[in-house]
Amino acid sequence: MSATGIGAAVRRKEDLRFITGKGQYTDDVVRPGEVRAAFVRSPHAHARITSVDASVAKSMPGVVDVLTGAELKNDKIGNLICGWMIHSKDGSPMKMAPHPALAADKVCHVGDAVAVVIAETLSQARDAAEKVKVDYEVLPAVTDPAKAKSGPQIHEIAPNNTIYQWSLGDSKAVDAAFAGARHITKLDIINNRLVPNAIEPRAALAEYDSGTDQLTLWNTTQNPHVARLVIAAFVGMAPEHKLRVIAPDVGGGFGSKIFIYPEEVVCLWAARKMGRPVKWTADRSESFVTDAHGRDHVTHAELALDERGKILAMRVSTIANLGAYMSTFSSSVPTYLYGTLLSGQYDIPHIYCEVDAVYTNTVPVDAYRGAGRPEATFVVERLVEIAGRQMGIDPVDLRKLNFVKTFPHQTPVIMAYDAGDYHASLKKALELADVKGFNRRRREAARRGKLRGLGYSTYIEACGIAPSQAVGSLGCGVGLWESAEVRVNPTGTVEVLTGTHAHGQGHETTFAQLVSERLGIPFENISIVHGDTDKVQFGMGTYGSRSGAVGMSAIVKALEKIEAKAKKVAAHMLEAAEGDIVFKDGKFTVAGTDKSTTWGDVALNAYIAHKFAGQDLEPGLKETSFYDPINFTFPAGCHICEVEIDRDTGKTEIVTWTAVDDFGTVVNPMIVEGQVHGGIAQGIGQALLEGAVYDNDGQLVTGSLMDYSMPHAHDLPSFRIGLTETKSPSNPLGIKGCGEAGAIAAPAAVINAITDAIGTEDISMPATPQVVWSALSRTQTRAAA
Amino acid sequence: MSAVSMTVNGKAVTGDVEARTLLVQFLRENLRLTGTHVGCDTSQCGACVVHIDGIAVKSCTMLALQCEGSNITTIEGLAAPNGPLHPMQEAFRENHGLQCGFCTPGMIMAALDIVRRKGHDLDEHTIRQELDGNICRCTGYHNIVKAIAAGAKAMDKGGVPRQAAE
Amino acid sequence: MYNFTFHRPTTVRQAAGLLARNPEAKLLAGGHSLLPVMKQRLARPSALIDLSLVEGLSGVEQKGRSIVIGAMTRHADAANSPVLKEVMPGLASVPASVGDPQVRNRGTIGGSIANNDPNADYPAAVLGLGATIITNKRRIAADDFFKGMFTTALEDGEIITKISFPIAKKAAYEKFKHPASGFALVGVFVSKRGSDIRVAVTGAGADGVFRVKSFEEALRKRFAAKSLEGMTIPANGMNSDIHASAEYRAHLVGVLARRAVAKATA
Repeated sequence: MSATGIGAAVRRKEDLRFITGKGQYTDDVVRPGEVRAAFVRSPHAHARITSVDASVAKSMPGVVDVLTGAELKNDKIGNLICGWMIHSKDGSPMKMAPHPALAADKVCHVGDAVAVVIAETLSQARDAAEKVKVDYEVLPAVTDPAKAKSGPQIHEIAPNNTIYQWSLGDSKAVDAAFAGARHITKLDIINNRLVPNAIEPRAALAEYDSGTDQLTLWNTTQNPHVARLVIAAFVGMAPEHKLRVIAPDVGGGFGSKIFIYPEEVVCLWAARKMGRPVKWTADRSESFVTDAHGRDHVTHAELALDERGKILAMRVSTIANLGAYMSTFSSSVPTYLYGTLLSGQYDIPHIYCEVDAVYTNTVPVDAYRGAGRPEATFVVERLVEIAGRQMGIDPVDLRKLNFVKTFPHQTPVIMAYDAGDYHASLKKALELADVKGFNRRRREAARRGKLRGLGYSTYIEACGIAPSQAVGSLGCGVGLWESAEVRVNPTGTVEVLTGTHAHGQGHETTFAQLVSERLGIPFENISIVHGDTDKVQFGMGTYGSRSGAVGMSAIVKALEKIEAKAKKVAAHMLEAAEGDIVFKDGKFTVAGTDKSTTWGDVALNAYIAHKFAGQDLEPGLKETSFYDPINFTFPAGCHICEVEIDRDTGKTEIVTWTAVDDFGTVVNPMIVEGQVHGGIAQGIGQALLEGAVYDNDGQLVTGSLMDYSMPHAHDLPSFRIGLTETKSPSNPLGIKGCGEAGAIAAPAAVINAITDAIGTEDISMPATPQVVWSALSRTQTRAAA
Repeated sequence: MSAVSMTVNGKAVTGDVEARTLLVQFLRENLRLTGTHVGCDTSQCGACVVHIDGIAVKSCTMLALQCEGSNITTIEGLAAPNGPLHPMQEAFRENHGLQCGFCTPGMIMAALDIVRRKGHDLDEHTIRQELDGNICRCTGYHNIVKAIAAGAKAMDKGGVPRQAAE
Repeated sequence: MYNFTFHRPTTVRQAAGLLARNPEAKLLAGGHSLLPVMKQRLARPSALIDLSLVEGLSGVEQKGRSIVIGAMTRHADAANSPVLKEVMPGLASVPASVGDPQVRNRGTIGGSIANNDPNADYPAAVLGLGATIITNKRRIAADDFFKGMFTTALEDGEIITKISFPIAKKAAYEKFKHPASGFALVGVFVSKRGSDIRVAVTGAGADGVFRVKSFEEALRKRFAAKSLEGMTIPANGMNSDIHASAEYRAHLVGVLARRAVAKATA
C-alpha cells in the first residue's frame, strides 16, 4: 500500500480551505447586482387562499417586486414531481398531487410558500414580506399519520389521504407459518419523525443572462444534474442545455439536499423576470418548515418463531407519513428502501409487508440518512431482541441461530445478499465491547444506584444504489448508474470529473487516492471536479452510500480506458507492439527489456502527437465512462450500546459504543471511521433526543433549535470502531459503502440497551429522560400492585 | 445608517450599517469575510463564533454597532496569509475533525476559547462540556474532541500563547 | 429584525434619560435574550440603549456579609470570580451553568434578572438567597421582585445597577438542562443562612421562579437531603411541554432539591 493509495489514511485535500475560512458555500457566492428573496409562508397547516394583496409590500423601500402563486401559474411554471412510481397492491398508480412552487389556491402545511418578495437587501425583503396580506379560509388539518385516513381530505386526487397501499411478500405463506409457530412476538412502533438539520441551511442563487438566454443556479444540492433534469423537463423552466446548476461547497446534506425544492424554482423564475440575480438563504427556523423531514412511521410488526428460536416468518404493517406533498424520492423510502430490508441479517423464510403512505398537513417527508433502512432495522432488531428475552434465549444466541450463513442468499423480499460474514462482525464486536465483563459492570453500576443495560443491533443495509435495471423495474424514474471522466493533461496531471457530489464525504481525497494508486502518479497531481453541470457530463449525485461503490467504479472504468490508450501511445514512442507494453508504478516498459518511458512523457506525446499518425490513433488522453453496478451492495455489522440510567431523573447516558462494520474494501479508514461516527451520532439523536412534534392544528412545536434537540458533544461518547471485510462482488473495487451504517444501526442498539436496563419494552423514541422515567414509574407501579 | 469602525484580523475597518446589522452580517456582507457562517437563528449552533477582544462570542447575537472600537478575530485571521496554519487548524486537519466544513470555523474559534479558559491539557469530558455552544451534524464530535485536545497541546509546545494570534 | 435607533450612554443617568425620552426603548445588556427575540421579530423596540459603556456596572465584590455583583457582570466573569468561588461557590455555579460558553461570555446577571425568563437560572439564585436588587431608584427584595414570567417589579425608567446576595454558609444549585435550549428544564437553588432557609425553583413553575415552603419547613428541622426524602410538590401549576410534563417537573423539583442540599452540605 502506498502512502496515498487505497487503504491509506490520507489527510483530506479539501480541509485547507475549510479550516482557513475559504470554503465557498452557496450563500458565500455574490453576483453583481444580486437581489434577495424572502418568502411569504403560510401560518396555517391547511387553508384555502382567498386573496393575496401585495400592494403595500410593493411600495416598501428597496422592494423590486412581489410574485405570487397566481403569477407562477400564469407563467406556466410546472409542478415539482416525485420521481419514483409506486403501484398499490390493486395495481393502481400512486396518487401524486400537484405541488406548485408557490401555492395559488390552497396551502397544505405550515411553511408552504405563497409569495416571494424580491428586494435590494434581505432586511428590506423581510420587512416587506410581512406586509403581503394573504387572506385564508382555514380548513381542518391532520398531522398524525395514524389518523390521516379519517382526516380532512388534503388533495382531490387522494381520497382518505391515501397515496398508495403497497405490499411485498407472500401473505398466505406468512399466515401459514404464523399458524404453526411456537412463539409470536408482537410490537407496536412509532419511528419518530426527524429534521435533518444539515448545519448549512439550504440556499439558492439564480442568474439569467439575456444575451445567451442562459440560466445559472448555485444551489445547496447533493445532485446537481438531477436538479437540472427535473427543473428542465418537469418544471419546464428552461431546456437542459440552457440551465447550468452549480453545487459549490455544500455544508452537509444527509438526504435533505437531494430533493428539488420550491425555492430554487422560484429564484430561477424571478431572476429571469427581474433580469437580476436572485438569492435566497433559509434561516434555520425556515429550514424546519421547508426541508424534507425523515422517518415518521407507525408500525405493527410480528415475528413467528419455533421452539428453538428459529424465525419462521415476519409480518409488518406500516403507515408512512409523506407529508403535504410527495417530495422527489419520497415514495421509494417506505417501500423499496424499507420492505426489502426486513429480512435483516437473518434467514427468514417468509415475510409479508404492507405499507400505506398517507398525506398529512406536515412538511414533506423524504429520504434522511439511511432512508427506510433505519426504519426496517429498528423493526427487525427490536423484534429479535424482544423475542430472545421473551423466550429466555440470549439475544446473541438467537441472532447466531438465525444468521444467513451462505451466500448468495435470496431473501423473500427481493434482495439477494451477495457477500457477508455476520458471525465475524458479531464476534469482533463482542470482544471489543467486552461483553463478558458486562455483568460485573452492571453490578458495579447498581452499587452507584445506576441501571446499566446492553443492547445489540446487527443490521444490514442495501447501498451502492443501484443497478438501473433493478430500480427501473421497481418504478424509479431515472437510472442509478454513475459517470466519470478522466482528463490527462499534457504535463501528466489529471482531472477527474465525477457525477457524484461530496458535501462532507471527502471525495476530493478518496477519489484521488484511487487515481494515484492506479496511475502511479503523485496524489498532488490529481484534482477531483464535481458539482457543476457545465463541467461534468452527467451524474446521479450522492446519497444511498453510493459514491464509492458506483462513483469510484465509474472512475476505475475510465482509468482502464486511459491505460489502454496510454499503452498505445507508449507503444509508438518505444517502437514496440502494444501488447508488449507493461504499465506499472507510473512507468511504461517494453516487457522483457529495459526500454521504458514515463507517465509524463506519454501524456505529452498523446497531445503533441508527433510519434503517431493522428488518423490511426486519436490525439489526446481523455476518457469517459458510465458504470452501472450489477447488484446493490450489502454493508452489515454489529453495534453494541451500553447505557447507564439515572433512576431518579430517567436520564440515559451512553457509556460505551462499539461498532464493527463490514464495508468491503476501505479506501481511507480515517474517512470511513468519520462517516461511522457521524451516522451513529444521528442514530443516537433519533433514539434519545430528536423528534419533530406537530400539534393538532399543524403547528410544528419543535420549530427551532430552541426546541428540537440536536446531539451535542456531551450527549455522546467516543466510539470504539472495528472493521471486518468481505469484498462486494458487485463492483470492481469490492466497496460496499459506509455513509449510512451508523444511522441505520444505532437506534435499535440504544433502545435495546435502555429496555435491558429498565426491564420493560414499553418505550418510545426519543427516549428522553421523561419517557424513561415514565416507563420506570409504570413498572414500579405494576411491581407494587 | 451609522458609521462603525473596528479592527478585524489586525486591519482597521469602517462601514455604514443599519442599527439592526448583526456583526456576522457586517463580517460576511460588508467585509466579505465569509468564513464565519450562519447555521441557526436562535444562537444555538455556534457556526458564527468569532473572538471579540480575545473572547469567543456568537457573532449572530451581536450588533455590529456594539463592536465599535473592538478588536475582532475571525477564522481568516488565525494564520497569516501564506504563513503556517495555526496549531488548532492543523489539529483539525490532522485528526479529521471536520467533514462538510460548515461548522468548522466556529468550532476552531470556540476551541481556542476553551484553551484560553481551561489551558492546554484538556481531558475529553472537559472538551465535550465546553463544546455546548457548537453543533456539528457530520462528525459525531469524536474527532473534533481529539482535534481540540491535540491542538491545545500543540499550542503549548509551539509556544503559542492561549490568546493565539490576537 | 425590525430597525431601531442605537444609543450608547456612559452613565446610568444618561441611560435613564434616554429611557424616559423613548418609551418604546429597551436596555441592551448582554443581548443574549433580547437579540434572539428581536431576530424572530417577536419584539420591536424603537431604540436600544446599550449599557456596555456605562462605568461601574461590572464586577463582583464582597461587602461585609454580602456579595455584590454589578448588573453588567458577564456570566463567565461571575462564574470565575475568585472571591465568589471562595465565599459562595454555590452561587458561582449558577452563572457557570447558564447557556453555553459563548453565551456566558456575553450574557449578564442584570439582563437575566430583568428579563425574568421562567427558565432562566439566575432568578433561582436571587430568590433562593433572598438577594436585594438595587436599581437607580431603590432597593427591591427578591421576594417582591419576580412577578410572574417575564414580569418584574421594575418600573418604567428603572435600571438595575447591582444585585446584593447575602452570604450563605450553605448554598447550592442543581440544574436539569433543557436538551435543546440549554435553559433550566428545572433548576433548584437551596441555601441556609442561620435560620433562613430557602428553596427556590426555576423552569418548573408556570408563573416563573417560586419558593417551596414545604421543603423549607422540612429543612428547617434539619438541613439535610434526608429531610426531603420522599417529598414532592403538586404538579398543579407546573409547566407542561413536550420535554417535560407537569408531573415530571414536579418530580424533578424533589430530586434536584435533595441533590442540591446534599451538595450544599457536602
